[in-house]
Amino acid sequence: MTTAQTTGGSKQRMAIESGVPDHFQYMHPLMRRNYGQWAWHDRPRPGVLHHVAHSGDEIWTVRAGTQRQMDVHTIRKLCDIADKYAEGHVRFTIRSNIEFMVSSFEKAQRLIDKLGQEGFPVGGTGNSVSMISHTQGWLHCDIPASDASGAVKSLMDELHQEFIREEMPNRVRITTSCCQINCGGQGDIAINIQHTKPPKINHDLVANICERPSVVARCPVAAIRPAMVNGKPSLEVDEKKCICCGACYPPCPPMQINDPEHSKFAIWVGGKNSNARSKPMFHKLVAAGIPNNPPRWPEVAAIVKNILRVYKEDAKDWERVGEWVERIGWPRFFELTGLPFTKFHIDNWRGSRASLNASTHIRF
Amino acid sequence: MTKKMFETPMLDQLETGPWPSFVTGLKRLAKDKDMMVDLLGQLEHSYETRKGYWKGGTASVIGYGGGVIPRFSEVADKFPESAEFHTLRIMPSPGMHYDTSILRKFCDIWEKHGSGLIALHGQSGDIMFQGCSTENVQAAFDEINELGFDMGGAGPSVRTSMSCVGHARCEHSCFDEGRAHRTVMNTFTDDLHRPALPYKFKFKFSGCGNDCMNSIQRSDMAVIGTWRDDIQVKQEEVKKFVTAKGREYVIDNVITRCPTRSLRLKTDDTLEIDNRNCVRCMHCINVMTKALSPGKDRGVTILMGGKRTLKIGDLMGTVIVPFMKLDTDEDFEKLVDLGKNTIDFWAENGLEHERCGEMIERIGLSNFLEGIGIEPEPAMLAHPRSNPFIRTDTWQEEAERWIERRAGAKQ
Repeated sequence: MTTAQTTGGSKQRMAIESGVPDHFQYMHPLMRRNYGQWAWHDRPRPGVLHHVAHSGDEIWTVRAGTQRQMDVHTIRKLCDIADKYAEGHVRFTIRSNIEFMVSSFEKAQRLIDKLGQEGFPVGGTGNSVSMISHTQGWLHCDIPASDASGAVKSLMDELHQEFIREEMPNRVRITTSCCQINCGGQGDIAINIQHTKPPKINHDLVANICERPSVVARCPVAAIRPAMVNGKPSLEVDEKKCICCGACYPPCPPMQINDPEHSKFAIWVGGKNSNARSKPMFHKLVAAGIPNNPPRWPEVAAIVKNILRVYKEDAKDWERVGEWVERIGWPRFFELTGLPFTKFHIDNWRGSRASLNASTHIRF
Repeated sequence: MTKKMFETPMLDQLETGPWPSFVTGLKRLAKDKDMMVDLLGQLEHSYETRKGYWKGGTASVIGYGGGVIPRFSEVADKFPESAEFHTLRIMPSPGMHYDTSILRKFCDIWEKHGSGLIALHGQSGDIMFQGCSTENVQAAFDEINELGFDMGGAGPSVRTSMSCVGHARCEHSCFDEGRAHRTVMNTFTDDLHRPALPYKFKFKFSGCGNDCMNSIQRSDMAVIGTWRDDIQVKQEEVKKFVTAKGREYVIDNVITRCPTRSLRLKTDDTLEIDNRNCVRCMHCINVMTKALSPGKDRGVTILMGGKRTLKIGDLMGTVIVPFMKLDTDEDFEKLVDLGKNTIDFWAENGLEHERCGEMIERIGLSNFLEGIGIEPEPAMLAHPRSNPFIRTDTWQEEAERWIERRAGAKQ
């Protein structure tokens, strides 16, 4: 199938199915010339990377934070800076930081000054708290329980000093997600919505909007079953079984899971994607029931900052948050952070026995 | 462009503070675009009521089934100008490189046809052109497409991929990520643009075990650089590092941090490495960037089945190919074939809305391996089975297969 013409009209343009474009055409010439031939790097200051190629060529990268959701005027401003203070080439990191590449440290210095004047924080390298990876939220998602851009803006305002410095024991990667699908991914600290009440069903709409068998199949705990309600085909939820995950909501919007009061934030720690030292790790639940409180989510920020403070004080160099907790043990984590420990921290999903302590290894 | 701005007392609070403000950007766009006036109005309404007001629907371009994320407002009566606010997902080049000329062209197109709001980038690695009316989607895409950029994935399809900066600027890079990224992805454009798979399928490419693309936890097929021979050591640089940092620092932060205790700092301040037991974790190379580098016999490890929570819980990828070379055209063909076999098998056997990793969980790794034609290897496991509930009456045949394979490998 190559054509699916749905509208009339005489001059329809067919897409050029060109796929992923060639990267060499947009790459800084020094990167192109030394492609696959880099020898080593160091970081002359926070926010700056210095790479040296086997050829002897050197390149300096200045990394700056952005708001990710950018208006064209901001992008043009970044382009103006790239043209005047850098060398016309930029790239973006997985965490929406912009990187300007230049051929001398002097240029990097002038660029840093200009970025500072224009309000773009330079940092996010090495042992910093880099930009929080975030999702769409109220701005554009169809199933969000919270905002993403606003929560991240608020948190990065609070963590700005940790972005522009490299003073953490190791890098800190924070993620946010506005529903339990968790597009934000794993993080040293993850800030995710946790619904606490089963969906509220608008039975008048279910039959017309939802494909009922696929909604039933979507439920991870088989809590949904077809039912006739008020003479109409609908769905019902066994509220004792329901884990309030919201998986039924995307395929069936009349099963409203978002609740201004009862959709809360939960905080997870210790996720790690890298294979460095320890194997990759999933993040673990440490706090829940935190209010979804726009525009600045102060309760979330307070807990995140407290965890970061304790980590900074207690972890050894190169320990990621998860590695630090593995060394000191979870009882000590809850003691040091002052976070309450509850029965909800005990996993009861499949494979959860592996998360229980089957030994006498206990720190006192 | 004269529509009066709504009062936005909550969003206004996000214009203060040291981090760049998206609200300031939205307001700047609202000066020229009524669509953005109403978008700000709706967003403020979301902040006040703590609810989202977008619903999905249908919007697409001619010839493609996916890539446009349709958004229709549920409060269009209050905010009619942003009643339609669709997103176009567009695939960037590997490593997300741009020159300013192409970025300016994107801005001009999006100012003309869309809201002027662009996210760099979405969680799958797309350039997200956010805020377009149904009417303008085709025209916007046509202009972007003419620049050499193509639609990204959405729905049950192969999704837009990501690769690290890799070869372009990183000495840890163990394969040509950009080439792998383009070779694989440009094989699957049909599966990307015309969603017909059980669910989404993501490829990610990371040049080394640092896995900057988070591929083990976030992709169905993770291609990660590694090496088979010895770590390259410049002993003179090791000595300089020890002199600069002190023996204690090196012992605490390099030697004792090795996960397999394969490092020893000798009395003459040189480093001894037990390469047979090195697991290529990257830590010592990360710390001593000038003294240590990955070996010369480089290639990739491939893991499959990573995904986040829904439906059965989080899954990390599992090693499927412990090592393969990725140098020649034939090597790259093998990589593409592996992707094809995997997607074909999953398309046949996966249930609706079941990710590849969930299928592997349901049918077992050995059935999956048989399905895609890969022989089992001990490197795929953390450890062999610990429960005895298994029927082993063809043990002898299987053992002989292993012995034959070993003999073949040694020739």
